[in-house]
Amino acid sequence: MSAAPLTEITPEDIESLAVGAWILGTGGGGSPYLGLLNLRRLYAQGHRVQLMSPLDLDDDDHVAVVSNMGAPLVGQERLADSRNIARAVEMQQEFGGFKFRAVMSVEIGGGNGTQALMAAAHLGIPVVDADCMGRAFPEAQMTSVAIGGLRPYPCTLYDPRGIEAIVTKVPSWKWMERTSRKICVEMGSIASTCKAPRTGREVKDWGIHFTTTAAIRIGGLVREANRLHTDPIAALLASEGGKRLFTGKVVDVARRTTEGFLRGSIAVEGIDADRGSRLDLSFQNEWIVAWREGDAVAMCPDLICVLETLSGHAVGTETVRYGQRVTVVALKAPAVLTSPRGLEFVGPRAFGYDLDFLSVFDERAGAGV
Amino acid sequence: MRRIGIDVGGTNTDAVLLDGDKVIFAVKRPTTLDVTSGILDALKALRADPAARGPVDSVVIGTTHFINAVVQRRHLMKVAAIRIGMPVSASLPPFCDWPKDLAERVHGETFMLEGGHDYDGRPIMPFDTAGMRTAARRIRDLGLRSVAVSSIFSPLDPSCEVAARDILREICPDVAVTMSHDLGRIGLLERENAALLNAMLHDLAVETVVAFRKAIAESGIDAPLFLTQNDGTVMQAETAIAFPVMSFASGATNSMRGAAHLSGREDVMVVDVGGTTSDIGQLRHGFPREANAVVEVGGVRTLFRMPDLLSIGLGGGSHVDAVSAKVGPLSVGYRLTEDAMVFGGTQLTATDIAVAAGLLDIGDRSRTTPIPKHLIVAALADAMRLLEENIDRMKTEAAAAPLVAVGGGAFLVPEQLAGVSEIIRVPFGDCANAVGAAIARVSGEADQVFRDLSRDDAIAAALQIAERKAITAGADPASLKTIEVEDMPIAYLPGNSLRVRVRVAGALDRTLAKREVA
Repeated sequence: MSAAPLTEITPEDIESLAVGAWILGTGGGGSPYLGLLNLRRLYAQGHRVQLMSPLDLDDDDHVAVVSNMGAPLVGQERLADSRNIARAVEMQQEFGGFKFRAVMSVEIGGGNGTQALMAAAHLGIPVVDADCMGRAFPEAQMTSVAIGGLRPYPCTLYDPRGIEAIVTKVPSWKWMERTSRKICVEMGSIASTCKAPRTGREVKDWGIHFTTTAAIRIGGLVREANRLHTDPIAALLASEGGKRLFTGKVVDVARRTTEGFLRGSIAVEGIDADRGSRLDLSFQNEWIVAWREGDAVAMCPDLICVLETLSGHAVGTETVRYGQRVTVVALKAPAVLTSPRGLEFVGPRAFGYDLDFLSVFDERAGAGV
Repeated sequence: MRRIGIDVGGTNTDAVLLDGDKVIFAVKRPTTLDVTSGILDALKALRADPAARGPVDSVVIGTTHFINAVVQRRHLMKVAAIRIGMPVSASLPPFCDWPKDLAERVHGETFMLEGGHDYDGRPIMPFDTAGMRTAARRIRDLGLRSVAVSSIFSPLDPSCEVAARDILREICPDVAVTMSHDLGRIGLLERENAALLNAMLHDLAVETVVAFRKAIAESGIDAPLFLTQNDGTVMQAETAIAFPVMSFASGATNSMRGAAHLSGREDVMVVDVGGTTSDIGQLRHGFPREANAVVEVGGVRTLFRMPDLLSIGLGGGSHVDAVSAKVGPLSVGYRLTEDAMVFGGTQLTATDIAVAAGLLDIGDRSRTTPIPKHLIVAALADAMRLLEENIDRMKTEAAAAPLVAVGGGAFLVPEQLAGVSEIIRVPFGDCANAVGAAIARVSGEADQVFRDLSRDDAIAAALQIAERKAITAGADPASLKTIEVEDMPIAYLPGNSLRVRVRVAGALDRTLAKREVA
């Protein structure tokens, strides 16, 4: 194993990560607040987490991919305990008979953006600066490693009452999602999971790189702007090359669940420069499509982020409410997600919208935005 | 029904007497350090008026006393925290997200016990009653007198919290117990925080309600006492002793409800211009819209339902910059009658501008003659700009909406504003908060997850729970109205789980009002 340069994640970085991961959650993934509380406590106890570049992994390194699976609402009651995710990683090591070089989150967006750090703090291994979504998505097969056709098993699931489960083999990522979801439900609709281990080569080829630093950078900009009373959204757009879609007030929220997912739409009535017009957003856990007068102006996998206009903090699909003042922005999706195979997994049709993906950053788009 | 409404604010204590819907008398007195003498002053003035004598059916008080105690870290008790749900949630114990100074002041002891429930009603672990008995003995031995109990998913199944309370009653019967499910919502940390805040205010709640009762009795009034809650409804004094946190945000809500009552309009925008700030809000069915999710009180995260208000730095005491003509956000606050120019001071305030412009007649107008005309015009224009921009931010429709202007600084609201169809001014508008207290109704709420029920059936079930709670709290069953229904399907849970929140409110039942006296 070659020595790789490591960067220490500071206590300030952790605060920024929580804000940035929530923004990259594009409305879903659950709030990172409880993960932040766990990390604050771990840091207060003297733990420090190191970050390593995915490019510094050796090809035959083992990398753990972690996520907290389940209903965010259950998480609000059962809270998150950092030791659980560490145990899920240990189960993989015991099952596979190897040691992990490092750990990464399956999704940087939402609460899972902090899971890799919690595991790393307990296990004393670094976090890889990468994930498999570059945002949040509702299902386990909506990842860059599934797009890459990598092996979907084994997956470990842990419940702190001492329930340990391993899905040792499945024929596809869809089956992994279905099987592990059933186990998760029995555990109380929440489980700490360690997905199929990845090699260093696989992370270099199929991981979405530098998303942990992106979340820390975005969160840092928003926090800094709030401190200086400057415009956090302008700072975010300038730094990330994002696009402002709309500013307004939420005037309607409609939610329903089908097949376990939170689906619905919100309507935003314009204020300031957008006065007199309206933007509609469809969601399935995350924001999926933005509509203006019936035309789709932005769509998944581009990141559609709904932010509180004043604070720049993210607004989730579970918590958005009538009357909130919001600004809707778009950030560019990682290239692997917008490839033809990527769009089969996470394009608008994967969410039931009969639309050809057109990035809001494509020159042909832009009409009406 | 003759009702007295009292609003104890940071600066003034206002009292009004209502006969039916009509305001008979209103009075404003400075708030005193001990709170009660301000109430006594106000009630004495009110009772001195011949029209305001005679029997009274009820007295309703809105107060910021409890929230101020938290913010100022005063009169707080040490509490024991009991968390039920181990081994789940262990890394985030009670007080884990509190400001350090407050946690150190009130943290007595923490107990983490096995028990709690899952979302589907199955126990996480059997409740550790032996551990609970050990905890109760320790609480007794430590001399702690107030306890907060929180159990995982207690809004769905409160049995662990109830069992814990019963054990405490048996082993240390003098200890006050707050159970988190009484305060409501899903979200363990926030619900537990509310229970802890409530527990640490227990002594103050007892003292305050006793003092309120004494002030009322000393004023020769023989009527039951109610306190207003965050949502603009009332609770009996006995309930207020048990749940002081429920009155945290009543001032602003009362003001908006009072504005609705005085204007006879239920769906309007309201601006309440005070000495330092203006609160802008929107009424639907006579109640303010509630704010989104998490609210911090004294640095502690909670899920209290607070009115959705936009507070801007514009008030009667706002500083006016002589060069830029900008109004606010700095204010002379309660020192208006010393620092403002019309009162002999040297600070140019929005009140001085209004007096100079002839909008208001208080103090010594001659002292405003040095203010140049262009400054008066520019300052009023700036106040107007502030109002127009922020009213637009709060409005939820593009069309122009009516606006009720209340509060002591309402003179700053011009006769016309962009985006406002009409400006409604009302008599007694400067005591709208006390009027809001006097007219407050009794409410009940349900917030639960229902499984395998149709949406309509789940809402009907929630409505029944809310109505039962309202009737228990003293509402007249015939007068109950649904204020709010919200349903939220829950992602990743099997069996069509639906979270339903319902709020109903009704008129105070007179027979019950009488009962409270006895």
